[in-house]
Amino acid sequence: MKNLLQTGQRWGRTWGPLLGIVVVAIALLVVAPAVLSPFRLNNLGKYVCWAIAGVGIGLAWGRGGMLVMGQGVFFGLGGYAMAMHLKLEAAMATGGPDAVPDFMVLYGDGTMPGWWEPFRSGTFTLFAVLVLPAIAATILGFAIFKRRVKGAYFAILTQALAVAFATLLVATIKQTGGFNGLNQFTQFFGYNLYDPVNKKMIYSIAAVLLVVCLVVVWQLYRSRFGELLVATRDAEERVRFLGHDPANIKLVAFVVAAVMASIGGAMFAPITGIVSPSDVDATASIFLIAGVALGGRSLLLGPALGALAVGFGRTFLSESFPDQWTYFLGLLFIVVILFFPSGLGSAWSQLSARLRPKETVR
Amino acid sequence: MNDDYLEIRGLTVDFDGFKAIDGVDLTLLEGQLHFLIGPNGAGKTTLVDAVTGLVPATGLARYRHQDLLRTKSHRIVRAGIGRTFQTATVFEGLSVLQNLDIAGGVHRTAWKMALARRGTPSYVEEALETVGLSGLRDKPAGVLAHGQKQWLEIGMLLVQDARVMLLDEPVAGMSAEEREETGELLGRIGRERTIVVIEHDMDFVRSYADVVTVMHAGKVLAEGSVAEIQANARVQEVYLGRQHKTSGAEMSSGAESSQEAGHA
Repeated sequence: MKNLLQTGQRWGRTWGPLLGIVVVAIALLVVAPAVLSPFRLNNLGKYVCWAIAGVGIGLAWGRGGMLVMGQGVFFGLGGYAMAMHLKLEAAMATGGPDAVPDFMVLYGDGTMPGWWEPFRSGTFTLFAVLVLPAIAATILGFAIFKRRVKGAYFAILTQALAVAFATLLVATIKQTGGFNGLNQFTQFFGYNLYDPVNKKMIYSIAAVLLVVCLVVVWQLYRSRFGELLVATRDAEERVRFLGHDPANIKLVAFVVAAVMASIGGAMFAPITGIVSPSDVDATASIFLIAGVALGGRSLLLGPALGALAVGFGRTFLSESFPDQWTYFLGLLFIVVILFFPSGLGSAWSQLSARLRPKETVR
Repeated sequence: MNDDYLEIRGLTVDFDGFKAIDGVDLTLLEGQLHFLIGPNGAGKTTLVDAVTGLVPATGLARYRHQDLLRTKSHRIVRAGIGRTFQTATVFEGLSVLQNLDIAGGVHRTAWKMALARRGTPSYVEEALETVGLSGLRDKPAGVLAHGQKQWLEIGMLLVQDARVMLLDEPVAGMSAEEREETGELLGRIGRERTIVVIEHDMDFVRSYADVVTVMHAGKVLAEGSVAEIQANARVQEVYLGRQHKTSGAEMSSGAESSQEAGHA
């Protein structure tokens, strides 16, 4: 009987999380499109994009112990790559194959920088969304982790990068649209963005990508790499004496997180119709972190659900209390951090652990 | 005798002018339980740190033709040299089994790392058996008793397939029975390995040591069998802090008090 129970528990530990992902998938892909208005569904799509980035933050921060305060940079790399393509698609639809984005005519002399050119191709854009953040994160992570920069220094460094990235975007209005960002897209890979059916389709793509990212981290968490990553988080120096360079382990998690943030950003562009510096700057990066912290950073579903909740909370509170909503959000975080420092998702296990006597063996 | 020995020549560790290790020569042979003793501040742990890449050192430390002083810590481990720390550092959140399994990572390819563990690898099973933790395999390492954590660490070195084991005070804080079990364990696994134990407890040293090296103020004071060391006048002087004729029994109490008083 006890064996049966143990087998059941083991089975639950392995497949239970997967069941959770299935529930999320059904809620996002079946229930939400059926009950939400197109406007609300599109809003949910926006939260899903943040959730995709959040899943990556959960991996890097929750499991890897790296407080990535500048994920907006990678969110922005994907977002701007996609937005550049959509911008060119819109221009080419009206002005022919050599057309340039409208803002370049408005603010510049109407010539397009050479590095925009490849983004005319949809295939290249998709490739760039995955590869650009991977390359950037590898170079950055290699420099940071090999020098053993960690803790608060790492957090501040990544945060500063987000500030620098946003500042650079604002300063280059002729190349990137500056403060206004990139907007007024008309089509997404040939599909009209004003057609509600297509909008629903784009939402579904984002939701599927979120589920895919969840399955990826589910596998990573149960893999030997996942165990090693947690070990590195908890005792980095000890891992060195298992024969591993902790820098390499952290680098893998950091790069995966960056690619996920980029995917989220890439879907953010067609769903919201705009990508601007305020979507990728330090504040935006902190909002990404906030969702993960709220949901439970080291849990599988915590970061995604937390990001969805924070997204919904932002919309709901700003609609009801246009002026004071940030205070409510701040208050919520104080309460959560005070009572459930590992996130709302761990509230149950935290409470039950308090009720149960501590286990010891001799 | 094969060439699987750790050779240390003229090893010096200089902390801004203070020589923590000052020209130490040591040859650590396979199949011997080698003990490193000496008062606090003698440089025992620093010696292990230098050989495992934790502190920069000059001189020579060579194992299987590999220059350890120019090798990074994790590569030294991959070369077959493992160590433990004064405070047992197991991964408290992981189970005993996971702790042992994670130590086997050096043998795995990147692709295998991305997969979940299926079943228990034979080398993990063997290590569990050897260190006597089979019954606790699914317990989180954090709830283990102090002694069990040290055994788990030794088990992790077994899984790592460390040919040289540098153990920093493995029996500190252990009960008498636990010490005995540890000593027997070291005797068992030491036959085909090079084991170096840093220790303060003279009873433990006397029971299990094949070779003893006494360090004092960064230098090797004496080397030999337990009997030779106990008869050595300079060793007695260092341990008691004054010139005095003593028997071996008194020296043992001197060693223990030096651990507490911490005189260098």
